[in-house]
Amino acid sequence: MNILVLLKMVPDIVEELEIGSDGTSLDLDAVRPIVSERDDHALEQALLLKERCGGSVTVLAIESRDVDEVLFTALAKGCDRALKVSGAGAALTSAKAAALLARTLPGIPNLMPVDLVLTGCQAIDDLDGVVAPSLAERLHLPYLGIVTAVDVPAGALKATVLKEFAAGVRGQYGVCLPAVLGVQAAEKPPRYVPVAKVRAAMKARTIEEVPAGAMDEASLLSVAAMTKPEAVGRAEMLEGDPEAVAAKVVEILSARGLV
Amino acid sequence: MASTMPVLAGDTPTLTLDNLLESPRGRDLQSCIQCGICAGTCPYGDAMDFPPRRIIGMLRAGMIEEVLTSDSLLHCVTCYACMAKCPRGLRLTEVLLPLVKEQVFARLPAVPAELQKALTNTLRYGNPMGESARKRAAWAASAAPPVRVLAADPRPVDVLWFVECYTAYHPRGQDNCRATAKVFQALGVDFAILGSEEKCAGECARLAGETGLFETLADYNLKTFGKYSFDRIVTSGAHAYDAFRHEYPALGLERPVEHTTPFFAGRLEQLKPLLTRKLGYTVTYHDSCALGRHNGMYEEPRNLLKAIPGVKLVEMVHNRINAICCGGGGGGMWLDTFFKAKGLERLADRRVKEAVATGADVLAVSCPYEVSRFEDSVKVLGYEKQMVVRDVVELLAEAMEGSGTP
Repeated sequence: MNILVLLKMVPDIVEELEIGSDGTSLDLDAVRPIVSERDDHALEQALLLKERCGGSVTVLAIESRDVDEVLFTALAKGCDRALKVSGAGAALTSAKAAALLARTLPGIPNLMPVDLVLTGCQAIDDLDGVVAPSLAERLHLPYLGIVTAVDVPAGALKATVLKEFAAGVRGQYGVCLPAVLGVQAAEKPPRYVPVAKVRAAMKARTIEEVPAGAMDEASLLSVAAMTKPEAVGRAEMLEGDPEAVAAKVVEILSARGLV
Repeated sequence: MASTMPVLAGDTPTLTLDNLLESPRGRDLQSCIQCGICAGTCPYGDAMDFPPRRIIGMLRAGMIEEVLTSDSLLHCVTCYACMAKCPRGLRLTEVLLPLVKEQVFARLPAVPAELQKALTNTLRYGNPMGESARKRAAWAASAAPPVRVLAADPRPVDVLWFVECYTAYHPRGQDNCRATAKVFQALGVDFAILGSEEKCAGECARLAGETGLFETLADYNLKTFGKYSFDRIVTSGAHAYDAFRHEYPALGLERPVEHTTPFFAGRLEQLKPLLTRKLGYTVTYHDSCALGRHNGMYEEPRNLLKAIPGVKLVEMVHNRINAICCGGGGGGMWLDTFFKAKGLERLADRRVKEAVATGADVLAVSCPYEVSRFEDSVKVLGYEKQMVVRDVVELLAEAMEGSGTP
């Protein structure tokens, strides 16, 4: 079972987001990148599968600020190989990132074919979840998203995949391998790796740099404008001591028939 | 922005479990008489499969693996009770338990979720709550007097005030911040803070077994100290004080360090005329483990409290060396759910019950963990109308109100 996990960095929204001077993009100097949470779950799911089924886990990310630390952390957690795609240029759209990956993956030595490609089903800058299905389409592989568990019974050519729907409904699917899966949540929360192990990985392991494949896609979409949410002042602020505020809350809720 | 993980100091720990028994401090363990006082005085000793006495016995018998794969030491809240009472003077909480705990931590099948979150946050944001690093000095906007931040005004300063995480971010800690700034000013102390350049001192990460995280933070903080000219560090964090006094010197810290409470106690004569407002409180003081048992500062906070007009000081059954830990040390701050799942009483609850039994209406503290921990217990146990939790410095500042100082 050889698994490829795709990781990407997204803006860490612990800090306020700022609009760049061009008015159409985020000011990336004002935010610090963090690994996309769902990609981190995809990595955990891959490690759980490796523990159950054996095989190897390769992590790959497109070059971006602070990504080395994330790749070394993945190695420290138990990944076998870390790859960084360089020369892709800045700020790719999700569709372009998928196209770039599809062009780049086949040329990486000793990588493809893998049995599974796991990545997050969404990211905070890709709420449509475009990357994984676009990549699957370009690689001519099946895709399942909103995945919450994956198992590959010994010797099977299919993976058993749990996919989540609304209202707590889950569907169990069999999917032929190789396949691309968009992970919503791993079966367990992502594991902790002690800092000392990450430091050891930084000393003893290497990140392989692979050149980005040629890009000749013309983008059909462009961002017209980006603005911060505007305060409209329709909120009613309740003021006074706790008893008075509580009485007001009860009054509002009962006036609307909620209590 | 700098990477959070420079490959620098601390790659070669000098003392490990493997070489422990060959080291002078480790050889002391051979002198353990297996009396069991450590196990008896440990607040969670009855919940451990292997309390300290048995760990030493097993270590000497070569049964290391059994110790390391048990979660016994996750119960250790590093309260220094075993070390303070060991008749052989063994440095249990300083030497043995952290070394064992580091190995236990590395072998945990899964780190308890709250602890994992706190450690991950501390590495990334420099504080366990996961708050914005840029907002670390946000409290200063509401402080009177204005507080100097060294990045904006790097002139040499006497006191580098290391605020620490819970003081800087927790709303009740911020009350302590404003109070501390006020007392500093009233005493004419030349002080400044690091603001968003400050990161957690890392002591609780170290004592939770996350040594690498401690080393990363210490490395960062020492480099930051090196950017500025100051005469001494005064910190609001009892655990930060512990780290700066006992751990950072070996890593290169050469400046004197004080905690705010003893710092102010040392200026009591100067303070007394400023304490003009009569408070009318009956106060009981909780000895923080780091200040009390580990550093012997039992009287300094009490002297401050006794100097406040209208404060009647009463003692809990367990006080000074016998004080019961709030349960927040050594990672315990983020293990409440873990302890609860095991059916254990929250140590802060045990302590607040004792405090209420004294008849006091104020529980005074000097460690920033304690305000939040004890306030939770006061609410959960239903003593909200009987007792409030206040930092000693908050009480000092309150007693200065109307005294003519701003």
